[in-house]
Amino acid sequence: MPDPRTDAITCGDTEDDAKVDPVTLSRRDFLTAVGMAAAGFLAGCSPEVREAYLQKHFLELSPPEVEARLGRLHADYAKRFGTQVQVSALPAQPGVVFGYALDLSRCIGCRRCVYACVKENNQSRNPQIQWIRVLEMEKKKGIDFEAANPYYNPEQVPDPEHFYLPVACQQCRTPQCTRVCPVGATWQEPDGIVVIDYDWCIGCRCCMSACPYGARHFNWGEPEVPAAELNPNMHVLGNRPRPRGVVEKCTFCIQRVRAGRYPACVEICPVGARKFGNLLDPESEIARILREKRVFVLKAELKTEPKFYYFYGI
Amino acid sequence: MGPLQFIATSARFVLRGGKAYWLWVGFLVALIVWGVLAYIDQFNSGLIVTNMRDQVSWAFYIGNFTFLVGVAAAAVVLVIPAYIYHWGPIKEVALLGEILAISAIVMCLLFVVVDMGRPDRFWHLIPVIGHMNFPSSVLAWDVVVLNIYLVLNLVIVTHILYRGMQGRSYNQRLVVPLVLFSIPAAVGIHTVTAFIYAGLPGRPYWNASILAPRFLCSAFCSGPAVMLVLFQILQRTTNIAIKDAAIWKVAELMAYAMFINLFLLGAEIFKEYYSATEHLIHFQYLFTGIHGHHALVPYAWAFVCCGISAFLLFLFPATRRNVVTLNLGCLLIYASVYIEKGMGLVMPAFTPDTLGEIYEYTPTLHELRIGAGIFSTGFLVFTVLCRIAIPILTGQFAAVHAHAGRDSLRGRLTTAPTPHQPSAAGGRHL
Ligand code: SF4
Ligand code: SF4
Repeated sequence: MPDPRTDAITCGDTEDDAKVDPVTLSRRDFLTAVGMAAAGFLAGCSPEVREAYLQKHFLELSPPEVEARLGRLHADYAKRFGTQVQVSALPAQPGVVFGYALDLSRCIGCRRCVYACVKENNQSRNPQIQWIRVLEMEKKKGIDFEAANPYYNPEQVPDPEHFYLPVACQQCRTPQCTRVCPVGATWQEPDGIVVIDYDWCIGCRCCMSACPYGARHFNWGEPEVPAAELNPNMHVLGNRPRPRGVVEKCTFCIQRVRAGRYPACVEICPVGARKFGNLLDPESEIARILREKRVFVLKAELKTEPKFYYFYGI
Repeated sequence: MGPLQFIATSARFVLRGGKAYWLWVGFLVALIVWGVLAYIDQFNSGLIVTNMRDQVSWAFYIGNFTFLVGVAAAAVVLVIPAYIYHWGPIKEVALLGEILAISAIVMCLLFVVVDMGRPDRFWHLIPVIGHMNFPSSVLAWDVVVLNIYLVLNLVIVTHILYRGMQGRSYNQRLVVPLVLFSIPAAVGIHTVTAFIYAGLPGRPYWNASILAPRFLCSAFCSGPAVMLVLFQILQRTTNIAIKDAAIWKVAELMAYAMFINLFLLGAEIFKEYYSATEHLIHFQYLFTGIHGHHALVPYAWAFVCCGISAFLLFLFPATRRNVVTLNLGCLLIYASVYIEKGMGLVMPAFTPDTLGEIYEYTPTLHELRIGAGIFSTGFLVFTVLCRIAIPILTGQFAAVHAHAGRDSLRGRLTTAPTPHQPSAAGGRHL
C-alpha cells in the first residue's frame, strides 16, 4: 500500500523550525503581503475612486468631512449631468417631528403624486422606480391588500365601485427596516425621517424583507435620470441621484421639508387629500387633524407605529 | 515540518491523481469559469440580470445560502452519535464532517456575496473597520457566527492534517474541546439563520416560532445524506474502517429527523389552513397556486413526496440496509430539503408581496450559472481537502513515514487502519 511517491516528503521538525517560529513569521509575512497588495491596489486608483471606496459611515463624519463629501458630490453630478446642483446636508431642526395624513375620502387615484415624486426625488426612469404605490381597493372589501390592484387604468378614475389608497414609506416610529440593517446604513433622524446613507448601504436588501409596506426600492440596474429633468435641489440623505445596487425610499422630501417647504406630493395633489406638518406644533394642520379626526394607520397590529395617518375627512 | 512544507506536501497530494480525478476537477473548473463569466456580467450590469425585483427581493441565491447553512451545520452534528454509539473511527467522522462544513460555509459566503448589490462594500460588514449594527441586526450576527464557525473548522482540520503529515497524533487538549464547541456552534449558525427570517413580522410566512426547529430538523436530514454517500465511497475505495452499522444508524436518525420535519410542517399547515387568516395565501401559493400563478406547485408536492418516501425508506431496517434503497433515500432526502429550504422557503414569503402584488419569480440563466459555479467551487474545495485528508486518515502516509524509519512509534496515527472489508481495495485512489 505505501505509495512510493510519498517517499520524497520529509516529515518531522527540522532544525530551522526549532529556531524561528515559522507559523508566526509566515503569518506576519502573509498579512503584510495582503496589506501591501490592498494598499497597492488603492494607490493605483485615482484619488476620487480611492476616496469613494474608503469613505466612512455618514454619522461618523466630522463637519469638515461632510463638507468634503458634499464637494465631491457636487463635482461628480456637475460632470455627469452637465449642470450645477446644490446638495445640502441640512440637519433636523430641534422641536420638529414630521407627520403626514392622507384623506381617503378625497383621493381620486389620479397618480399625480406618483409622478411629482419621481421628478422631485430624481427617481430612476429606467428601470422605473416609484416611491408611491396607489392601490385600487374594492369598496365592499375595505382595505384588503390581497384584493388590491396597483395596475388600474388612471384614465378611468375615480371608479364608483373602488377607492384609492396611496402607500409610501410610513416613517414608522419603530421601523422594522432600520433594525435589521447589518451595517447601520439606514436610521431614523431626530425629526422622525428614516433615511439611508447611499454610500454605506451594501445592498443586502434585508430592509426590503423587513418593511411591511413595500416602501423600499432597490436599484437593480444603473438608475437613469435624464439631465434635463434633474432636480438640482438635493439633500445628501434624500433625492440626490443614487448609485446602482443600493436601496432607496420616500424621505418626506427631506430636501424640501427641512427647508420649510411642503413635500412635492402635498403640493401637487389636485383634491387636497394630502396633509403634512410638525406633529409637535399644536398649531400645525397635522396636529389639528390628529385632534379632530378619527385616524388610523396601516397594519397597526405590527406595532410599527407609523407617522403616516389615514382618515376620512368627509 | 514547517508550514511551507505542509503546503508543498498538500499540493503534492492534490496534484496526484488518476484520469477520473482530473476529469472531475476539469469539469468543476469548467463550471466555475462559466459561473464567473456570468458573475462578471452581473457585476457590470447589476442584479438586473437576475429575475429578482422589488416584489421578490430575495430568491435563488438566498435560498441556496439557507440550504447550505443547514448542510454545514448538520455535517458536524454527526459527531454526537459517533461518540454515543462508539463508532470507533470517530476522528474520520469528525474530520470528514468538518471538511464538508468548510466547503458548505465557503458556498454560503459566496452566495451572500453574489446577492449583494454592492460587493465592493463588503468591508462595511467587518467589525471595527466597518460598522456592524449590533446587536439588533440578525444578519450581522449571522455573518459573525458563520465566520467563527468557518475558522473553527479550518483550525481543527488544518491541525489534524498538519500533525498527521508530521506523523504525529493530534493534540487532544486542543481538538476535543474545539470539536465539542463546534456542535453548539453548528446549531447556532442554523438557528441564527432561521431568526433572520422568523424575526420579520411583516412576512407572516416566516414569522413563526416553529421556523428554527424546522430548520434544524431539515438540516439533520440534508447534511448526513451527503455524509452517508461519502462514507460508502470511502468504504469501497479506501481502507478507512467505517462500520455498516454506523451508516445504518445515521439513516435511522435521519428518518426520525425527517419525521419531525414533516410533523412540524404539518402543524404549520394545519394552523394556516384551519384558521384561514390572510396569512394563508402564502401557503396556498406554494401548494395550490393563487389567481393562476402555479410556478411553485410541482416543487412543493415534489418536496413533500420525496420527504415522505425517504422517511419510509429509512424507517424500515430492510430498506435502509439495502445499498440501492439507502442511496435512493439519501437522494430523495437531499432533493426534498433542497426544494423546501431553497425555493420553498424564500419565494412564497414574497408572493404576494406586502401590498398584495403577485410577481412570479423564476431564476434567470445568469442566476443558475452563478449558482452552478458556486456549487462547483464548494465541490472543488471538498475534493481538494479530501485528497489531502484521506491518505493521512488511511494511515498510508504514516506507513510511508514509518518505513522511512523516522519517529517511528509516534508516527502512527492513533486509529491504525483495520479494514473490515476483506477486499484489497485499500490502496486504491478515490
Ligand atoms: S414604512 Fe417601511 S421603510 Fe418606511 S420606516 Fe416603516 S419599515 Fe421602514
Ligand atoms: S439594503 Fe442597505 S439599507 Fe437595506 S438592510 Fe441592506 S445595507 Fe441596510
